[in-house]
This record gives sequence, C-alpha cells and structure tokens, in this order.
Amino acid sequence: MFDKERIAEIKKEKERWEQTTLQDWTKQCNERKEDFRNTSNVSIERLYTPEHISSLDYIHDIGFPGEYPFLRGVHATMYRGRLWTMRQFSGFGTAVQTNQRFKYLLKEGETGLSIAFDYPTIMGYDSDHPMAQGEVGICGVAIASLRDMEALLDGIPLDKVTTSMTINGPAAMLLAMYVAVGDQQGVPRGNLGGTTQNDNLKEYFAQKLCIYPPKPAVKLTTDIIEYCTKHLPRWNPISISGYHIREAGSSAVQELAFTIYDGITYVESTMKRGLKVDDFAQRLSFFFASHNDFFEEVAKFRAARRIWARLMKERFHAKNPRSMWMRMHVQTSGCTLTAQQPLNNVTRTTIQALAAVVGGTQSLHTNSFDEALALPSENAVRVALRTQQIVAHESGATQTIDPLAGAYYIEALTNKMEEKTFEYIRRIDEMGGAIVAIEKGFFQKEIADSAYKYQREIEEMKRTIVGVNDYKIEKEETPIELLRVDPKVEKEQLANMHELKQERNKKKVEEVLGKLRRSAEKNENLMPVIIESVKAYATLGEICEELRQVYGEYKELIII
Amino acid sequence: MTKAEEIAEGIFAGNRRSIARAITIIENEEPEAREIVARVYSHVGKAHVIGLTGAGGAGKSTLIEKMVKEYRRRKMKVGIVAVDPTSPFSGGAFLGDRIRMQELSTDSEVFIRSMASRSHLGGIARATKDAVRILDAAGKDIVIVETVGAGQSEVEIIKVAQTIVVVHAPGLGDEIQAIKAGMMEIADIFVVNKADRENADKAVIDIQSNLQMNSKESPWKTPVLKTTALTGEGIPELVEKIEEHRCFLEGDPECRKMSMRARAEAELVEAIREKVTSSLIEELKKAGRFDELIHEIMERKIDPASAAQRLLRKSVENET
Amino acid sequence: MEKTRKIRVLIAKPGLDSHDRGAKVVARALRDAGMEVIYTGLRQTPEQIVETALQEDVDVIGLSILSGAHKTQFPRIMQLLKDQELTDVMVFAGGIIPQEDVADMKRLGIKEIFGPGTPTKDIIRYVMKNLPKRN
Repeated sequence: MFDKERIAEIKKEKERWEQTTLQDWTKQCNERKEDFRNTSNVSIERLYTPEHISSLDYIHDIGFPGEYPFLRGVHATMYRGRLWTMRQFSGFGTAVQTNQRFKYLLKEGETGLSIAFDYPTIMGYDSDHPMAQGEVGICGVAIASLRDMEALLDGIPLDKVTTSMTINGPAAMLLAMYVAVGDQQGVPRGNLGGTTQNDNLKEYFAQKLCIYPPKPAVKLTTDIIEYCTKHLPRWNPISISGYHIREAGSSAVQELAFTIYDGITYVESTMKRGLKVDDFAQRLSFFFASHNDFFEEVAKFRAARRIWARLMKERFHAKNPRSMWMRMHVQTSGCTLTAQQPLNNVTRTTIQALAAVVGGTQSLHTNSFDEALALPSENAVRVALRTQQIVAHESGATQTIDPLAGAYYIEALTNKMEEKTFEYIRRIDEMGGAIVAIEKGFFQKEIADSAYKYQREIEEMKRTIVGVNDYKIEKEETPIELLRVDPKVEKEQLANMHELKQERNKKKVEEVLGKLRRSAEKNENLMPVIIESVKAYATLGEICEELRQVYGEYKELIII
Repeated sequence: MTKAEEIAEGIFAGNRRSIARAITIIENEEPEAREIVARVYSHVGKAHVIGLTGAGGAGKSTLIEKMVKEYRRRKMKVGIVAVDPTSPFSGGAFLGDRIRMQELSTDSEVFIRSMASRSHLGGIARATKDAVRILDAAGKDIVIVETVGAGQSEVEIIKVAQTIVVVHAPGLGDEIQAIKAGMMEIADIFVVNKADRENADKAVIDIQSNLQMNSKESPWKTPVLKTTALTGEGIPELVEKIEEHRCFLEGDPECRKMSMRARAEAELVEAIREKVTSSLIEELKKAGRFDELIHEIMERKIDPASAAQRLLRKSVENET
Repeated sequence: MEKTRKIRVLIAKPGLDSHDRGAKVVARALRDAGMEVIYTGLRQTPEQIVETALQEDVDVIGLSILSGAHKTQFPRIMQLLKDQELTDVMVFAGGIIPQEDVADMKRLGIKEIFGPGTPTKDIIRYVMKNLPKRN
C-alpha cells in the first residue's frame, strides 16, 4: 500500500526515533513489562507503522464490504443499513416462565429469540429421567416434548421472529418441534427463520455435551444441513462455534482455527452426500466469543471473514459469493466475568460488545453482570440489552463500515491471526482431519495447556484480573436480587409429563419409534421421521434413547 | 486379631473397603504390608491375570469396559488395575483411565483401582503385583492390568500377567514399523481395534506377517483379532481367545509349571535385588563419603559409574 | 526404600454439568504439587462418586459443580459417604455455589468451598494443611 522508497524512509525515521526520543524517555522510565503478549502468544510491539503492512494490497487484501474477501464486512452497507440482531440467550424453569421472559425481552427491544435449554434436555433426557433429578429447569428451560415447545412459543409469531436454539446432540429433535409449531401456526416452512447450533464436533473437546460418538454425531449434523437446504431455506442449520472452545480455555487464535477447521469438516461431510457447495454454504453460520483484549478480538473477527472466504473459494471452489460469507453471532465472554465486585462486569461486557460491533458481527448477545453468580435477573438482563443499544446509538461505532481498517496495528494483527490459523489448518490436515485429531486428543491438549497457562499467569501475577488478584476489596457485597429457580419447577414438569403420557396415543408412539430405529439402521436422513415422531408426542428422551441403542454412547477422552 | 489379619479376612470375604485399604498399605509400604501379602499369598492362584497394553489412542480403556461387560454376562468377577505414569518432575500423577469405565463402578463384583507407577522405572508399579494378588485372593475370576502404552517398559507386564494382549489401532500415525520392539514378542494375543477403519485389514495382515517372521519356538501361535470396542464387535471372540490361552497354559502341565517356575524365580531375584540395593545404599551412606561423591559428580570431577566403583571397593575393603 | 505417602485426591463432577475447565485446572495443579489425582470425568451419579472414592481409597474428594444442582447432589453424596463409613475422607467443593448456600453445605460435612477466582495454590495449601489421618 506504500511504495518501497517511502517505507525505507519511514524505517530510517523510526530508527532515529528509537535512538533519540524513545531512548531519552526509557532512560527515565522503563516499560512496565519486558514482553507484551496477547492470548494468541503474539508479541505485541511498541509501535506499528506502515512497515508492518507494506505488503498488503488494498484492493486484493482489504477490499470492499460485501465483496471478496469480505474482510470489511459481509454486507455492503453493514450497520448503516441494518443493525446487528440483539439476541439474548435465555431460558429457565418451565416453558411458560421462559415464554414470559421472551415476551419481556421482545418488549424491551430485543430483535430475535435465543433459547437456553436445561441440562437434561441438552443431554437428551426427559425431565423424569433419574439423571435429571435436581437439574430440571435450572440452567435453561425444560423441553421434553412438543407440548412444552408449544407452551414455550405461545403467542410468538414464527413468521416474524427468528429463533436461535443452542442445542447440539438432540438438535434434530428440537428443530422438529419448532417446525411442528410453525406448522400449527400455519407458517409456510420456507418462511421459518432461525438457527440450530448443531455443531457436534466441538462438543468432544469444548462444550462436552456429547451423546453419541463422533461419526454418528457428524452424520446427524449433516442430516440437518441437508434437510434445511432442501426444505427450510431460511433456516441456518448450523452455528459453527468457537465460543465454547474459548470458554474451555483456548487462546483467541485456537478459537479461530479450531472453529474454522470444524467448518471445513462439515463442508466436506455435506459435499460427500452429493450436495454442491453453492447449494448449502450460504446458510452456514458461525458463533464466536468476545473477550477483553479489544484489538485481538477485532483482528480475530476480521481475519475469520477473510480466512473463510479464501477457503471457500480456493479449497472448496465455491462460485456464488454468498457461499463465501462468514455470518457470525457473538457472545461476550462468560469466563471473564468475576464473582468479585460484579458491577465491574458491565464494563467488561461493554468492551467486549464494542469489539464485536467494530469487528462486524451480525448478531450479539451481551452477558449480564450477575452471571458469575446465577442466571441473569430481569434487571441485569435489561442492563445487558441497554449496553448493546448504547453501543448502537450513542458510541458512533455504527456510523461507518469497518472503522479500524487501515490501522497499522489492526491490519498487522489480522494478518498474524490468519497466518497462525492456516498453520493450524495444515497441521490438522496432516493429522488426518478433525475426528482423528479428537481421538488423538490434539484439541483437548491445546486447550488444556492454554487454560493452565492462563491460570498460572494469574497466580504468578503476570496477568491482572481486577477485583480477583488485584484491586480487591475487604467485604464483597452481593447484588440484591439473584435469580433462583423455584424447586417446584421440577414437580410441575413431572406432572406435565405424566399427563402427556396418559393422553397421547401410545401405539402411534411405538410405531413411529420403530420406524425411526429402522431408518437409523439404514443410515437414512432422519429429519422427516423425527418430525413425525415429535408430532406423535414421542418425548425427547424416547427419541434420543432409540438412537442411543443404534449409535452407542460416547465416553470422553480426558487430557488435563 | 492384628490389623493385617482383619484386613486379610476382609479381602477373602470380598469386602471392597478391605481390598482398597490393603492396596494403599502395600503402595505406601506401611508396617502391615508384609503381613498382608504373606497372609494373602496362600489364597492366590485362582484368577486369570490378563495384561493389556498398547499405544495411547488405541482404545484400551473402551476395550476393557466392553470385555468386562462380557465377563459379567458370564457371571465372572473382575478386578482391574490401571497404571499411569508418575511425573518425574512433581512426583504426582493424573490417573484418568477409569473415566471410560465409570459405568462399571457401581457393579459390586467389579473392582477398579488406579495406580501410579511411582518410583518404579519399569512402567509398572511394584505394588501392582501385590494389588493383583489381593484381587485374586478376594475372589476375582479375572484380573486385568492396563498399563501405559510406552512400549519398551511393557515387557515388565510379563512378570504379572499370564495372558498378554497388545492393542493397536490403525490410522493413528503409528504403523506396524512403529510398534515398539518387544511388543511383538510379548503378545499372546494381538488386537487391532477400531476395525471399522479403512486400513484395519492391512494392519492385521502386516502384524500377522511380522509375527510369522519373528515366531518363537512356542506351540502357541499369537492370533491377530479385530475389534470395534465402541460397538462391541469382536469382544466375545476376544474373550474366548483369552480363555483358549488360559486352557493352553493349564492344559499343558509342563508349560504351566515352566511359566510358573520362571515367574517365581524372576520374583525372587527381583525381591533380592530390591533388598540388597536398599540395604547396601543405607550402609554406604552410613559409612560416609556418599555425599562427598555426589558433590564431586556434580562438579564433574568424577562420573557416576566410577563413583559407584569406588564406594563398593571401599565397602569390600572395609569388610576384609 | 523411601516411604512415599502420596496424597490421593478424587476430583468429581456430579450431575449433568459439563463445565470441566476448572476441575481440570485444579486436577493438574494438584498433580503438579505431587498428588495422585483420580478424575471421574463428567456426569457422575453420587453412587459412582462414592464407590470410586471407596475403591481408590482416596484421602480427599473435590466436587466441582456449576449448574446449581449442588443442593440435590451434595446431600446425597455426603449421605452415601456416611453409609460407606468414609467419613474420614476430606471433602471440598468448587464452582458456582451461592454464598447463601455455603453454610448448609458445610453443615453436610463439606469442609471448604472454593469459589470462582480461588488461586489453585490456596486449594493445595488447604489440602496439605488439613489432610485427614486415615484409620
């Protein structure tokens, strides 16, 4: 972007500066650290100048929003045209309670729904399963059957609202229930919009909510991608996730690289079914975390877009530009929230939200300040939503597209993230792909080492966490109202289930479950028969158990 | 009753607390250890001891879990000793083998114990042998010893197990050439796990030809079996083959006695070696010059072998 | 031969909670401090945890839970430990356990609760200092 001569001059001038002005300064006062590093282990330099980006070509490497390589954004007008979707992940207790929280959020200005399910639901257990005792409705909403889904979405127009469902192992079942409710509301299937997380690969080394072993899990994920491509064109069948990888302790570049590799794996598995990349790639979506190092995060989001665009074009030969879009949802980081002096978390969330916006996200969830202590209270979640609204309307970050482009630091860091990501991609390719890497414990070891290193840095005071290892206060005050899930929820849910099992047509349920098993044994796409099963009011647990019989259960490989 | 007697009685009754405490006592060389081992020894000999080894990622733990389920189906009682390495830096250990067998925890006829190799260099804990005896005396029909897949040190397992199963999985980067020397020789049964993989059949053929080339004089021909531990395929056949090996060992009375004799001799030699080493080092320390020589070694004034020579010569001189 | 009394610790994840970052970091720190650490993996029932503690003859149990289900899981675990006469084992807990529940948990017999932000060296120090005498 700069001519060689000018760069040489700048270099000379910088050397002069270092030997005079800088030296005078550092004689009086040393720098605070010997080495400033970010989480991706990139050594951050004192100063970034045009030298750092001299090899970049604006047109080919940076380009224009809405055009390859999409570094500056997937849409041509970005937030000047339309703000990101403010989508707060929520759910607790019974379907009725969560339905109320949804309505509250929509009233306060949320623009899309995001459902958090309870642990039994996520693991494919009904609320009356022995493993579910004490867990029903505690971390999310309990959905054991279509009847619960009907209550959850009561009064919510599925042709006007898009919904994201954080569900992986039983994603097909929950999607089937959503489709069934859409059918009941009379919404054409082609108009149903939303996302199922449905990213089973990362479960094995990050979120750990695995039911079946890797091969059948990838098959189920691909079933959903295939089905949506053909029948639910507005639905994002998958949200390829890095958030959980980061929360498990990875660095920013590991989050980026492992997520993208999972994406590569899913593209390959879908193409193996005979679909052409341009048939389905435009509906693949991504999900990242946003952490405290503002600049590292912005570089990460930007690099993600360019890396994915390049992969889709060069590795998968996509022709349609839309296939090269990386559309992302971002959630501010949960693991950076502290239990100590919780109000500080509002500041953290704000920095993280701003990074996501400056980084060009399509959708954003902001955590509430009390989330290191409990699920968010109504007041706290309102503050979280307001944070997004203040960033949107008061910060000026949305006035122009990709505001930090061209900043020497940002472009240098973006390049570095891309370089390191491609290095990881090469390594995992050589290993034989994601499933082999999982079996060898590669991802698990990388993440465990990063997590341990992070903890050591905190304990050795090489990394400050305000309020935790420094700037502590004698007596902590807990914010007054913490959300507590009423233990009656479990009793209520058990009663609901009992009622359902009495009222439904048992014979029909038996028949359809048999059909499901046979279909699974024949390795067919299971979505149609799963939709049939939920409509017959087979429970989530019954459907998942049928598949456990066919696929087996996964036991994890532990690397600390 | 002495404490050791009480514990021994508990072991014979199959009491899990007694078994657990006994293994700890032996690991820590507490005062009761010797008496417990002595008391238990006469009750030993009924269990069939299986050694299971192989590189990491081969699926040993998953395989064991399925094997145990098969043994339980046949109403047999099982003990498992899972050995993991002690960190040479910290002296601590992460014992994670039972994770994949946790479902078996609540089966009262299955006992799982995780052991760290501690100071024993062979890759298998000294106390493992005694732990196996305790499980044997407690009435287990089968005792499985699972060890770290580090290769060379797996030869140690011979001293403990009667049937040695070596597990290999294709496509994990360690092809046949990489199967450590010694593993081929010690295997009574070779298992190619994850047999649903592409190169599984090739792995079987490669191992078979390798075994033929290195075939010993033994009348037992090491078979190569295929399993898919995840689904349970091949497990009943593996269990049958182990049983076949057991019969082979017992069926030929000479063969059985020979292996028992060889094992007894090896154990006696090992016990003598341990005793001699530890009491000799004590003596040398008392006689002086031990610390001095250590400093000289650190300052590179003398090498360890020569230092040892000097100490031992001095000790002999002092004797005469 | 040197006598090595190694401290054996069981780190357990009761219930369906799948957040294991903390449990793994603590397990590794304890290992690096010279202890033998048995980790159960995720999704353990109280029966599995107590049976493991029994068979492995551990000195210490560390329970990690972030799902809010401690009020159901912990009482059951502590009762089973009593039933199996394992009351000489030291039990501590960590994760997300609200301040207002701490007193109840301690009354059950849980010696200490290490909340978010606790340095691992505090846990190590506590274990070493309060090691139970085994009978």
